Amino acid sequence: MKNSVALEITIPNQTRYLSLIGKIGENMAQGLANYNGDRERLASQINTVLTEALVNAIRHANSADPSKEILVRINMSDKELAIRVFDSGKGFDLNNVPGPCFNQDILDEKGRGLFIIRSLMDSVVYKKANGGNVLEMKKSLRLPRGKHGS
Amino acid sequence: MKFKTEDNGNVVVVFVKEERLDAHNSGELKTELNRLFESGSINLIIDLKDVLFIDSSGLGVLVSGYKNASTKMGSIKLSGLQAQVKSMFELTRLHRVFDIFSTVDSALES
Repeated sequence: MKNSVALEITIPNQTRYLSLIGKIGENMAQGLANYNGDRERLASQINTVLTEALVNAIRHANSADPSKEILVRINMSDKELAIRVFDSGKGFDLNNVPGPCFNQDILDEKGRGLFIIRSLMDSVVYKKANGGNVLEMKKSLRLPRGKHGS
Repeated sequence: MKFKTEDNGNVVVVFVKEERLDAHNSGELKTELNRLFESGSINLIIDLKDVLFIDSSGLGVLVSGYKNASTKMGSIKLSGLQAQVKSMFELTRLHRVFDIFSTVDSALES
């Protein structure tokens, strides 16, 4: 039996849609057929990652231009979660984004978004795609033997 | 954004009445905190009991408030952190910066 779900949704480049997309991601996690981990925790993590990735695309890649759009693709199977957020802007250099916000940087008001995404996902890649860019984030949903949720 | 402000004399309690504190609405909380600081309130408790979800923008507004309060020799305490909110504080190590209490009452008594 095939247990994979694919969803594609286009939203205007506006933060009012963060809640909608976050909740869709949460619902997909809660509906996973075969997942032995902490489902609520996974749902919350997906909401967080989607929100951070969208804000990054809206404000930085698409320069907060409300006439632009963002395409979100979510693929979820028993094995893996893949989230792709496509922007149509000038993009940014993933390597120049501030890293972990510890020590003297802990009181910076900005710069936590990509750190949070990197902490919750296994791989994060930003590359050219479809005339714009895509932030591609993947996470294995197969838990190590004996482990229940991480 | 929905919030309620309660003046307890030396301390002002801000109850955030939203399920999400994110990039869409956190700017309004920042404006309210700045208004309180400008009116001379420097000791605040921010109650997040109703907030089920926070993102980095929401965290950034709380950090901004923390820095503002510290500059004015005041304080910001947080109360009522739900599971996702608590995990975001731990992930970013901000739980080491803020004084965090389970309820508004315990924050008031501290």
